[in-house]
Amino acid sequence: MSMTMTQKILADHAGLDEVVTGQLINARLDMVLANDITGPVSINEFISNGFDKLFNKDKVSLVMDHFTPNKDIKSAEQCKQCRTFARKFDITNFYDVGNMGIEHALLPELGLVAPGELVIGADSHTCTYGALGAFSTGVGSTDVAAGMATGMAWFKVPSAIKFNISGKLNKHVSGKDVILHIIGMIGVDGALYKSMEFMGEGIENLTIDDRLCISNMAIEAGSKNGIFVVDDITKEYIKDKICRQTKAYFPDEDATYDKVFDIDLSTIKPTVAFPHLPENTYNIDEIEAMDDISIDQVVIGSCTNGRLSDMKEAAEILRGKKLHRDVRGIIIPATQKIYKQCMHLGYTDIFIDAGCVVSTPTCGPCLGGHMGVLAAGESCVATTNRNFVGRMGHIDSKVYLASPAVAAASAITGKISSPN
Amino acid sequence: MKAKGTVHKYGNNVDTDVIIPARYLNTQSHEELASHCMEDIDKDFVKKVSKGDIIVAGDNFGCGSSREHAPIAIKASGISCVIANTFARIFYRNSINIGLPILECKDASDSIDAGDTVEIDFDSGLITNITKNESYQALPFPEFIKEIIDKGGLLKSITEEGK
Ligand code: SF4
Repeated sequence: MSMTMTQKILADHAGLDEVVTGQLINARLDMVLANDITGPVSINEFISNGFDKLFNKDKVSLVMDHFTPNKDIKSAEQCKQCRTFARKFDITNFYDVGNMGIEHALLPELGLVAPGELVIGADSHTCTYGALGAFSTGVGSTDVAAGMATGMAWFKVPSAIKFNISGKLNKHVSGKDVILHIIGMIGVDGALYKSMEFMGEGIENLTIDDRLCISNMAIEAGSKNGIFVVDDITKEYIKDKICRQTKAYFPDEDATYDKVFDIDLSTIKPTVAFPHLPENTYNIDEIEAMDDISIDQVVIGSCTNGRLSDMKEAAEILRGKKLHRDVRGIIIPATQKIYKQCMHLGYTDIFIDAGCVVSTPTCGPCLGGHMGVLAAGESCVATTNRNFVGRMGHIDSKVYLASPAVAAASAITGKISSPN
Repeated sequence: MKAKGTVHKYGNNVDTDVIIPARYLNTQSHEELASHCMEDIDKDFVKKVSKGDIIVAGDNFGCGSSREHAPIAIKASGISCVIANTFARIFYRNSINIGLPILECKDASDSIDAGDTVEIDFDSGLITNITKNESYQALPFPEFIKEIIDKGGLLKSITEEGK
């Protein structure tokens, strides 16, 4: 019986020689993650069901990122609950104001997730770590409570869609444009319950940051996980971060896929998802043929595009320029480390001189929490991953999803614009 | 196990941000979450809903974030079951894990209208539309999942195993 990459990881973690699509399995976990929103729900479940031990204090991560630094009393209480729990159970990987970052940027940066590992997180974008060849998927708080207690979780083995990548990206085109293009093509339920598996000679032209961005938005096509084949780029990325044994899984030559898509990177153009679904995509040529779409705000950050390469891309476009007078620019490096690098590399100066604010790491506006919530009628170009109704604030506001390059270019012109 | 109630009907891709907007995620009180349930898509839902009512929707119900607050808000608002053509996967597992019954059934999703009275038999998966005098067959839960629901959720099923 042949298996996909995902199926092999699941089989190994369930202690089975093979698994088939649709099979229900109980699998061993390498990391269990929760944040300041989902953590408290998990903690309550954990305590109220009488658990008094973690399965492994090194394999639980709690990251305070959504409403931190706390935006109000209720969110302060939630973080306090997580903090108390983390101290009581001596959780090694507890990240709070001062050392935190947005969870899905932070965990790979710290080497807490590795190729071949099985990770669950009470956050839908946990699928991000597929970029490193891990099986990682978002679950709910109850799954996390059970995972923290037992180190196990139940899964239904998914079938998969294969993306055969070839070619090379053009200037100012990045992983964000690739994944928006794919979601536009297959739809927000195009990969429902399935894995998205990325391979082919073209992946050598995708950096780890591009891959993290692509895997991050796999959930936006409904998929269970989005995983890349491990190659030299992956190995180079993890080499200074991870000393434990890792394992690369490759799909069987004759693995069956529900569908196969060929993606030639050189044909992809800057792409923007219009309100209110990530599948409403238009490429920049189509947008330039439309009437101008003026904007009130630009947000560059989030677990999708808050990494150093995203900051670099934005800085290169904003260097020596000023934001349009009607646009507010909010830049949020995703982790403390990236924040510091932005200072050392002079990006922070460029952003501030252009008229942007540069925030401490936080999810903030991405989920309409704080640090840039929109009023009725306002429009924002954001490098985030969701543009649902009310996602960034008022239900009559609009979010356009784009790459850092498009977002930075649009901030200068005041309307959705090409970075070229 | 059976459920019976009046139907509230929605379309495709009802996401977790409209089921329970992020601005209310700073609470875990089930009642408070329920009081904002569906607010951004149907501001009268909270006023209309009565205990035992059923939600019927199209494709990909519950897409978006992993917030368990979404099925919790629905369950706490009194809804006895959600029927859709398809569910987003995290929403699906969250619902099972917290004990909110959900069924996938294309015929029911296509044919049932808002205001219909519907009865569901969870053991057989049979959905009866009393108003229209029709019935639709959903797949009943697989054994493994039934066990979780029967024991009152995932954690109860684990603690029971440990005993
Ligand atoms: S940045 Fe946005 S999408 Fe990412 S974890 Fe935070 S809220 Fe979720």
